[in-house]
Amino acid sequence: MEVEPILAPESIDLVSIAPVLVLTVFAMGVLILDLFAGKNKTLLAFVSIIGLLMTAISAFAKVRLPAHSFNDSYIVDNFSIFFILIFTFSSALTILISIDFNKRENIKAGEFYSLILFCTVGMIILASSTDLIMIFLGIEILSICLYVLTGIHRDHLKSNEAALKYFLLGAFATGFLLYGMTLMYGATETTNLIKIAAIIKAGGVSSEPLLLMGVVLLVIGFGFKVASVPFHMWAPDVYQGAPSPVTAFMAVGPKAAAFAALFRVFADTLPEISSFWETLLITISILTMFIGNLGAIMQTNIKRLMAYSSITHVGYVLIAVLAKDTLGSSALLFYMLTYAFMIFGVFTVIIILGRKGDENLEIEGYSGLGFKHPVITLCMTVFLLSLGGLPPLAGFVAKFYIFNAALQEGFLYLVIIAVLNSAISLYYYLKVIVFMYMKEPVKEFQLSLSPITLFVVTLAVIGVIQLGIFPEPIISLAQQ
Amino acid sequence: MFLTFLTFLPLAGAIALAFLPKGNDSIIKQTAVGVAAADFLLSLQLWFDFDPTTHAMQFEFSTPWIFSWGISYHVGIDGISLLLFVLTTFLTLISIIASWEIKKHVREYMISMLALSTGMLGVFISLDMFLFYFFWEFQLVPMYLIIGVWGGPQRVYAAIKFFIYTAVGSLLMLVAIIWIYILVKEQTGVGTTDIIYITEHLNTSLDVQKWLFLAFFLAFAIKVPMFPFHTWLPDAHVQAPTAGSVILAGVMLKMGTYGFLRFNLPMLPQACNEFLPFIAVLSIIGIIYGALVSLVQKDLKKLVAYSSVSHMGFVMLGIFAFNQYGIQGALLQNLNHGVSTSALFLLVGMIYDRRHTRMIDEFGGLSKVMPKYAICFMIIALSSIGLPGMNGFVGEFLILLGIFQVNGLWAALATSGVIFAACYILWMFQRVMFQKLKNPKNFKLPDMNMREMITMVPMIVLVFWIGIYPQPFLKTFDASVTHLITKVDPDNFRPKRMQDQHHAALIKQDDLARLTKKLQGKNQ
Repeated sequence: MEVEPILAPESIDLVSIAPVLVLTVFAMGVLILDLFAGKNKTLLAFVSIIGLLMTAISAFAKVRLPAHSFNDSYIVDNFSIFFILIFTFSSALTILISIDFNKRENIKAGEFYSLILFCTVGMIILASSTDLIMIFLGIEILSICLYVLTGIHRDHLKSNEAALKYFLLGAFATGFLLYGMTLMYGATETTNLIKIAAIIKAGGVSSEPLLLMGVVLLVIGFGFKVASVPFHMWAPDVYQGAPSPVTAFMAVGPKAAAFAALFRVFADTLPEISSFWETLLITISILTMFIGNLGAIMQTNIKRLMAYSSITHVGYVLIAVLAKDTLGSSALLFYMLTYAFMIFGVFTVIIILGRKGDENLEIEGYSGLGFKHPVITLCMTVFLLSLGGLPPLAGFVAKFYIFNAALQEGFLYLVIIAVLNSAISLYYYLKVIVFMYMKEPVKEFQLSLSPITLFVVTLAVIGVIQLGIFPEPIISLAQQ
Repeated sequence: MFLTFLTFLPLAGAIALAFLPKGNDSIIKQTAVGVAAADFLLSLQLWFDFDPTTHAMQFEFSTPWIFSWGISYHVGIDGISLLLFVLTTFLTLISIIASWEIKKHVREYMISMLALSTGMLGVFISLDMFLFYFFWEFQLVPMYLIIGVWGGPQRVYAAIKFFIYTAVGSLLMLVAIIWIYILVKEQTGVGTTDIIYITEHLNTSLDVQKWLFLAFFLAFAIKVPMFPFHTWLPDAHVQAPTAGSVILAGVMLKMGTYGFLRFNLPMLPQACNEFLPFIAVLSIIGIIYGALVSLVQKDLKKLVAYSSVSHMGFVMLGIFAFNQYGIQGALLQNLNHGVSTSALFLLVGMIYDRRHTRMIDEFGGLSKVMPKYAICFMIIALSSIGLPGMNGFVGEFLILLGIFQVNGLWAALATSGVIFAACYILWMFQRVMFQKLKNPKNFKLPDMNMREMITMVPMIVLVFWIGIYPQPFLKTFDASVTHLITKVDPDNFRPKRMQDQHHAALIKQDDLARLTKKLQGKNQ
């Protein structure tokens, strides 16, 4: 890597931020289009999807990788390209499943789609930045959009409550994050991750305790954003209160983006002091898995169950961060991709199973579904078993990947704890299956099926099975 | 490719079933039986074409699968797995015929059955650890559904218990598998999960071997099930529908013992020798405990379930004798248990279909109203006890012979299990079949019908065939077992001066031939 001179004009490389530019233009375009679109927002949705598609294509604008630009604060490498693909994919799915949902639940705001696009911009910046300030920018763009999206169901009490909770706690977390960055700047006199890494390596840190304090605060800040224990309190309420498509969106995209930044800050920048933050992350990871699982066991609401389950999954993904290196990063990539398929699968089925005025979120309401609507139930079963990590589904390969990476780094006990947690988690996934197949129906089912939701479910099922049985192409892609 | 075809044929059948027209259950049943029968008949071809003179894998097929991790789709079969494979196709067919009376959700039931069959067959042919694990976990789901949807009143509890219990064990095995993968990669530079390659090249310190052994042990011991990991078994058996119990006892438990023979013994021989006393003691406790608990059961199915714990203890003991008699006996007893216990479950299922109860004191004097049933029950019960001339005798005799060479006391204790078996089976038989016919509900029970006879006759034929002429079966095991013993033989790990104190030595081919001849002579 060659260091470019400070403020040299050629460091402003618009091609490298092509995805950000394209998506911003589309997001603003959607906002303006909303003025003319009238009551039917379907047009906006399709424009947004085209925007996301263009973004995904423009991610490949840079030919020579890795490309640094903007004074080394922005990077285009395989890692970020893969993440951009995950983001655009998950955002597109969110938009697809929200078309019908918004009609059904009477969410008429056209800015819904534009907010999702802006949020995706934030994610892309977050995953591609190598500067603390840029990371902060990315997180803020993403978070503010999410606060609004959570509360977009304006005449819905739970939705409002969730938005407020999320906003207050999120703002709090941002404070921690910013404080941590400041301390790090104090210790190393730069906010650039590449320079920080070099300074730490050369032993040029002015104050070791300052740096470590900064790291602790960063862990707390990121911990909030990815919902790891003990900073997870907001997740169940927010997941439950937010509109279902937004919940799915939240569980995948923003989380993946935060993990990308976490990986860049910890595994890439601070390997020199890894013994310090490893202990922290190991503790957090173990707590996250256990508390997520224990919380999930007691839930009767499917969205809360998924919230706790996603907390548990954060615990697994943290193991990938701990594994560092290419194996760790590719495990992280693979996991987030499979997680996107599984989560969107589950949430789309949840949306299908609800209807106007009755979202049907209690697990008991799924009783006897299995033999009334065998295909949908089978899909749900596939997603749940994949989340539980059973072969031949994608969740298993993803877990195998992470465990493999962690064992190569010698985290034997952590992996043993993780597999035991996998076993615990099977219990509550099976519980949902028990209701669907082994209980008598308590009421009539009325599915809200539409070609679009069916398409998303089919896509997710194919993804989960394909990545479970023939993961080779994606694995070799992730390993680059 | 033939193996792959046989393994996935049931799954293809299951997918085909999903598309059959609604509302016609008999077509669904007939298709399922057709698929299972075709699979069974074709799998016999394997046995005919099998070359028993070599321990090498046969019908091998290998193609890269996930080559970033060195995982390949590698299948093959040797003397240890061949008959288990055939047993699986056989019992799948029998249990599908036995589930003719299923009324609820027939299509889903048959799909689960066939998918289950693919999962089990896959376990026996996998020569890649990843693939093995793949199938090992895959078959849990259909079994879970079979117990949970078509089972008895406590079915949900039993199904979840079965699932979680097995999953905990196998997830730790997954850690061990990855660990072995990393070890082999460090030692040889080849990242692979190929079982054959790893068996030849894995070379680790005793400490690591011990940990790996424990991880595999837990997975397989839960499946076998060995005392004290057996508590899921009675629940699962009692709640499962008849066919579920047949598959569970007939095939799934065998996957545990198969795992020991495929992983623990050849890959971690030193640790095996270290743990030998513990495993022997656990097996003996299992033999005696299972038998004693069977003695006091009031529920017929629970009695048979606990007797499985006892019988599988024998198999484990035979495997850990590490000599030709012991392991051959164990493999044969595996088959015997698959035949006898499955048949017992079928018989219990028949009476349950008629009376909707399995409590022993509800019955009595059944031999007067159901003579055919009583005769079949008698034959199977005696074979389960191990009466000479029937299959149980040959297996148990070989196992006891094998273990006697290792430790006389163990053999003596294990033999007491045979005596207890006679007690609980005969006492149960007496209470159900003889005595006075006093319960009015039993006065008009119909005897076995044609379909039930069809499931029972092949079992009885096998009972006598193995009992009188076990040579074809023993011959298939022979070369593979001899090869296995060269790896795990205690002499390899023993300081030289201690050698004369132990008798367990490699037993030569002609020794075995003489023994089988003697056995046949006795039987005829």
